[in-house]
Amino acid sequence: MIAFDYTRPASASEAIAIAAKQAHAKYLGGGTNLIDLMRETIEEPTALVDVSTLSNTIDVRDDRILIGAGVKNTAVAAHRAIRERYPMLARAILAGASAQIRNMASVGGNILQRTRCTYFYDDAAHCNKRWPGTGCDARDGFNRNHAILGASPACVATHPSDMCVALAALDATVHLRGVDGDRTMKLIDLHRLPGGRPDIETELRQGELITAVELPSLPSAARSTYRKVRDRSSYAFALVSVAAALDVDDAGHIRDVRLALGGIAHKPWRAFAAEAALRGTPATQPNFRDAAEIELKDAAGLRDNTFKIELAKRTIVATLSELNGRDRS
Amino acid sequence: MHFIINGQNHALDLDSRTSLLDLVRDHLLLTGTKKGCNQGACGACTVLVDGERINSCLALAVQYQDRTITTIEGLVSANALHPLQQAFIEHDGFQCGYCTPGQICSAIGMMAEMEHGVPSAITADLAGETVQLTHDELRERMSGNLCRCGAHNGIIQAIQDSFAEGGDFKTNYPKEAAE
Ligand SMILES: Cc1cc2nc3c(=O)[nH]c(=O)nc-3n(C[C@H](O)[C@H](O)[C@H](O)COP(=O)(O)OP(=O)(O)OC[C@H]3O[C@@H](n4cnc5c(N)ncnc54)[C@H](O)[C@@H]3O)c2cc1C
Ligand code: FES
Ligand code: FES
Repeated sequence: MIAFDYTRPASASEAIAIAAKQAHAKYLGGGTNLIDLMRETIEEPTALVDVSTLSNTIDVRDDRILIGAGVKNTAVAAHRAIRERYPMLARAILAGASAQIRNMASVGGNILQRTRCTYFYDDAAHCNKRWPGTGCDARDGFNRNHAILGASPACVATHPSDMCVALAALDATVHLRGVDGDRTMKLIDLHRLPGGRPDIETELRQGELITAVELPSLPSAARSTYRKVRDRSSYAFALVSVAAALDVDDAGHIRDVRLALGGIAHKPWRAFAAEAALRGTPATQPNFRDAAEIELKDAAGLRDNTFKIELAKRTIVATLSELNGRDRS
Repeated sequence: MHFIINGQNHALDLDSRTSLLDLVRDHLLLTGTKKGCNQGACGACTVLVDGERINSCLALAVQYQDRTITTIEGLVSANALHPLQQAFIEHDGFQCGYCTPGQICSAIGMMAEMEHGVPSAITADLAGETVQLTHDELRERMSGNLCRCGAHNGIIQAIQDSFAEGGDFKTNYPKEAAE
């Protein structure tokens, strides 16, 4: 790890001003990802601007909830309004990492955590994300954990966040502040697909700070959940995960559905095609399966991860069936 | 930099790269806290900060200035073992003992979380006010602490026993150190 200056500014504007003065500044949340990446010399900031004590509140209104970027993951999952109005978000967070890490990790840092691709971490490997233009050893290597949707010849890494999968399904908006002022962006537009430049992971501008995440009102999310499939039952990243909300009318037809997938792409994957196929149709297992087929139509497996295509389909069907069963009872 | 560790004030001049783990082990010679993986994957380095459990290996000391930190050494009072330490002995909650300080600090932090009604990934009713101290809940909540010797069953037994229904875990909480 190279040496760095540490500062803990008292406001977001001050944080942005400090970061703007440095060529290689990084914001610091809990540090659970960044410190690890600095030890691996993947990140080499010369200044750390600690923003973990800024934006530390959850503001609950009838029509939305605004979660400060500095709020710890545990605090989001434990918040009563989140548990009651957006259970998929509480469950997604609780399915991630360990209690210790959730106590440290911030909302902003969780969104911007980087891939766990082992070749990205291995400084003897070729990795276009780490050293653009060097190639991708994961493509023909051990790629059990890698992407099946939206990958490119340059990169097959996945985004590891559970929380972001729920945020994608919930239509969350991210509030940003930079030297040019404030703006908002849909969470699903923030992360990029790898294309030819997997080293550029988000649409954020240089020095832009995440200040909050906004959850819009979504009454149907009160019946929502998150299902994570992984190699051991706790403390492991997702092979496949599904965040879903299902709203079924008295006649058994789907009024609204929200669906997003994790562990399978370079970004949290909102399943728009499956949602469109499901709206207005009877909530039945065959229809869930058809929608899953549509969403995974373009999925492409690698040497070790082809099983994830079927696993994703089955996990979609199982998650929607679970919500449907709950709806009916 | 100033820290309150196990009830004592410490003022040190530290490189900003120093982790909280290296601070307690290498600078304060509190070697009870262990370094297993140094990357957040094992829980051996678990300490309590203002009563919350964290992995000290993924923490920079500079982030935790002026905070109240409790390590395994801070749990002993008047030379008597903490009840949870005693329970680990009685239930064979360890073999080599390397993960034990982290397990014990983690269990204390876990009980505070349960007291505050924090749910877990397997809590069926997220809207519920309280959480039951079941075997499965404890397994899930302690999953951030690995034991290479495979003493998990004894560990869960020890925790369940010492925090069992009726038992008041609040009194077991390291009060002196936390203040
Ligand atoms: C062993 C282990 C297992 C894990 N398992 C899981 C898992 O199963 N599921 C899962 O989802 N995650 C998992 N994680 C990842 C964990 O969720 C992340 O490390 C954590 O959420 C990052 O949050 P942080 O606040 O610590 O971020 P930091 O490490 O502080 O920062 C991460 C990045 O975000 C930037 N940043 C932070 N805050 C802001 C802000 N406000 N504005 C702009 N940029 C900002 C930083 O500059 C940095 O680039 C695991 C981590 C470990 C170590
Ligand atoms: S040493 Fe900190 S989690 Fe392993
Ligand atoms: S007792 Fe040996 S690692 Fe747990």
